[in-house]
Amino acid sequence: MKQLSFVSWVGIGLLVIHVVMALAAPWIAPYSPTAIDATQAMQPPSLLHWGGTDRFGRDIFSRVIYGGQIALVISLTSAAVAVIGGGLIGVYVAYIGGIVDDVIMRCIDALISIPSVLLLLVIVTTFGAGNGVMIAAMVLSYLPSVVRVMRATALEYIPRDFIYAARMRGEQTIDVVWNELWPNILDVLFVEFAMNASWIVLAVSGLSFLGFGVNPPTPDWGLMVNENRAMLLLAPWGILYPMGAVATLVIGLNLVSDTIAHAFGIDRSRGMPI
Amino acid sequence: MSVPVLEVDHLTVGFQRADASIVYAVHEVSLRLMPGERLGIVGESGCGKSTLSLALLGYIRGNGSRMQGTVRSRGVDIFAMTDRERQKVRGGEVALVPQNAGQALAPHLMVGAQIGDVLATHCDMTGQQAQLKIRQLLHDMRFVDPDQIAMRYPHQLSGGQQQRIALAMALAGAPDVLVLDEPTTGLDVTTQAQLLQLLDEITRNTQMTTVIVSHDLGVIARVASRVIVMYAGEVVEDGMVPHVFSQPRHPYTRGLIAALPQLDLPVLPTPMVGQLGYDNTYQRCTFAPRCAFAQQICTTPPPLTMIEVNHRVRCHRWDEIPPQGQPVVAGDTVAMTDAPPATEPVLEIKNIYATYHRRTWRSWWRDDGVDVVRDVQIQLMAGQTCALVGESGSGKSTLARVVMGLHPPRRGEIRLFGVPLPSDVDRRSVAARRHIQLVFQNPDSSLNPRHTIAEILHRPQFVFFGRSRAQSGVYSRDMLQNVRMDEAYLTRYPSQLSGGEKQRVAIARAFLAEPAVVVCDEVISALDVSVQAAVLHLLVDMQHKLQTAYLFIAHDLAVVRAIAQYVVVLYAGQVCEYGPAETVFSAPFHPYTAMLMAAVLSIHSTTSPDRVAHRIDVVDDSVHGCPFVARCPVAIVGVCATTPPPWQIADNGHAVRCHHSRDVLGANPHPQSGNSTTV
Repeated sequence: MKQLSFVSWVGIGLLVIHVVMALAAPWIAPYSPTAIDATQAMQPPSLLHWGGTDRFGRDIFSRVIYGGQIALVISLTSAAVAVIGGGLIGVYVAYIGGIVDDVIMRCIDALISIPSVLLLLVIVTTFGAGNGVMIAAMVLSYLPSVVRVMRATALEYIPRDFIYAARMRGEQTIDVVWNELWPNILDVLFVEFAMNASWIVLAVSGLSFLGFGVNPPTPDWGLMVNENRAMLLLAPWGILYPMGAVATLVIGLNLVSDTIAHAFGIDRSRGMPI
Repeated sequence: MSVPVLEVDHLTVGFQRADASIVYAVHEVSLRLMPGERLGIVGESGCGKSTLSLALLGYIRGNGSRMQGTVRSRGVDIFAMTDRERQKVRGGEVALVPQNAGQALAPHLMVGAQIGDVLATHCDMTGQQAQLKIRQLLHDMRFVDPDQIAMRYPHQLSGGQQQRIALAMALAGAPDVLVLDEPTTGLDVTTQAQLLQLLDEITRNTQMTTVIVSHDLGVIARVASRVIVMYAGEVVEDGMVPHVFSQPRHPYTRGLIAALPQLDLPVLPTPMVGQLGYDNTYQRCTFAPRCAFAQQICTTPPPLTMIEVNHRVRCHRWDEIPPQGQPVVAGDTVAMTDAPPATEPVLEIKNIYATYHRRTWRSWWRDDGVDVVRDVQIQLMAGQTCALVGESGSGKSTLARVVMGLHPPRRGEIRLFGVPLPSDVDRRSVAARRHIQLVFQNPDSSLNPRHTIAEILHRPQFVFFGRSRAQSGVYSRDMLQNVRMDEAYLTRYPSQLSGGEKQRVAIARAFLAEPAVVVCDEVISALDVSVQAAVLHLLVDMQHKLQTAYLFIAHDLAVVRAIAQYVVVLYAGQVCEYGPAETVFSAPFHPYTAMLMAAVLSIHSTTSPDRVAHRIDVVDDSVHGCPFVARCPVAIVGVCATTPPPWQIADNGHAVRCHHSRDVLGANPHPQSGNSTTV
């Protein structure tokens, strides 16, 4: 294994910090994220309130920590579903080819042609803004591009002789897709996962900011930015902390995705498995 | 004349490996190139010959670096120059013809413009003057219509044409030294013969100093006057071509020559044991681990000894090893045994026609494809090898795909044990799929890179016999022993194996299905010379044990001579000659077979092969006569182009499809142009 670069360690570190904060939120957070204390409203950061408080006196730092739970759960779950589902569809249609390939890929084209924010808004306004709906909406808007990428990756392997060998053995389609093709595209799949996860983090906070995402008073970074927007000049900490959280998570995911791509790039040229 | 044009002095080039250790691709190489000298560099892949040839231009690939030594062109060290100075040298003083011209040419520029770039850089030639020069260069490259060729893009040219353009580009800068890196690898035998002919004429006429790098001893013998043999980055033998090839002194050179199949000998070539290994310390003879003659003294590094004028050898025991006419290394020569008596055919290919459809919406109702295989019939007997011979594009591989059920034929059928098979592999029975196995040309792409060898060998056993992993492991170990690999390989991945080992795994996979027929599609052409012979031996061994029938697809007649009992010659999808091997390899010949045989390079005759007619890639479908007419040196005007030639079948089973009588064909084994053309 090649030595990881400094930048890679920064990415991994950021991601680990976010995951630990989200998992250990009840023990780390000094206050309840939803506890209102009118006497402590709009406090600047202090030893008592590390991140200051908002206009209801809620502790910003605690809310940022709890907000990470939602962001991570939604982004990682929907990225995983989008990438695995999109990967399977992409590899399958690439291998089958013909009319099935044509029909499915034109549907994918149609989905890609709809702006993703519009699609998200339509789904969320129609079905309400639960976590499940959010995940479904994210999967639907990010899966099509994964299908395209994974189809193209699989097409690189399909004309290879080992696929012909499998066909001549009389392997079922599912066996060829799962045994022969899937292990070869895993590296690209991991990169796609990390990239999509970072986009989804942004999309989730974007939706909440617009007021279509998580319902108040549930702590969410996008929602916090929206709520504290009015007090930007009086209490800038209400915005800076959640913004910093979103930025570090997205940067962390991107750097990790670069690291994965780099690591696989080297392994790829040697043809070595993971 | 006594001043060398290029001088390499104690050059050492090292590459850094992933674990930071250094492997020397070129170690302490010194050589002097005199004006007009034509030097060949030969060795297995990985021996450092390409690195050396690129270092002659002051270029070292990727993570390599020059550790010590100099390369001097006109007395100036190329490595000590500034980039700008070096740019003048490359192409101007030392020019390279790269290995794969198709990839070396810029795809978005017309080839004339690419030659023009060289002229502008090195000769300050532009405009009208350059146009004339380009035309002249293309004319010298034997292009019939230079102006038209100059306007084409690389993808519009055939492989041989691309290689000639690359040669024209190299010559455009009027260099002192021309370096050719594997100039004919990947070309058809007939195209190769033409290109070598051209190269020979140009270098002889212009007295150009030439360095030709090749793994093919025949190519070196054809073009070079002096040869250096490289092993593990070192020069192990250096001498004049006829001398080295007739009386090789180094055991490695002997091994390479013995591993070469020969057109006039129906015996298997002798394989060389072991594989190329690097010993970074150079504290002993690098070849000793593979050498049949190694002794105690070989644990010290041998010097490059001058044993006679113009002949140097790096071996302690060069004068103790008995000189022999036929060089011998470890292992013994196996004579081909006679084929068992023919019984019922195992596999019958009956009147197959195959077409590639152009995929347009019109092809739904219109049959506008061109037949690439026309009316081919072959019978395979148990325990016999039938060779299918022809140039690329002759329909060999398409026929293999038809047999395997990957390409439904337009007409005709495949019978296995007398039973017709469905044309599509998906509709064939498990037994039918099991009984016909294919070994692919390129082992790099036929093994899944993400599967261990155990998994690769397990899968067919699971599909065909329903064996569990534990059960299949027993058979896999057994089969690995048969292909002379040990069970430690089971846990490895294909990338950890050498090319020869991968091909052995592919053969093991085919035989684990216990097939009746194995189709071998150019199985050894992607392998190193030293490994080819070993794989041929393996195939013959397996055939003797299991009485498998082989359909052996090849373009190299010398290899076919070594392994096949029966030969079918294919041209443009049609059979033009067939019969038992000894009858096909003796007169009378079909003119096409004669041409293929003439194109085979031999290391022992330095006489040039006969003129080989230009290949024509497009077969004119409107011609109803002989498909070979356009290239045939003995075509009869007015007959061959219009009337399909008749089959002439002799009592010994040999058949030729030609208008000329067997007597005429027999009297004229190597047809020369114009001999019997009636006007």
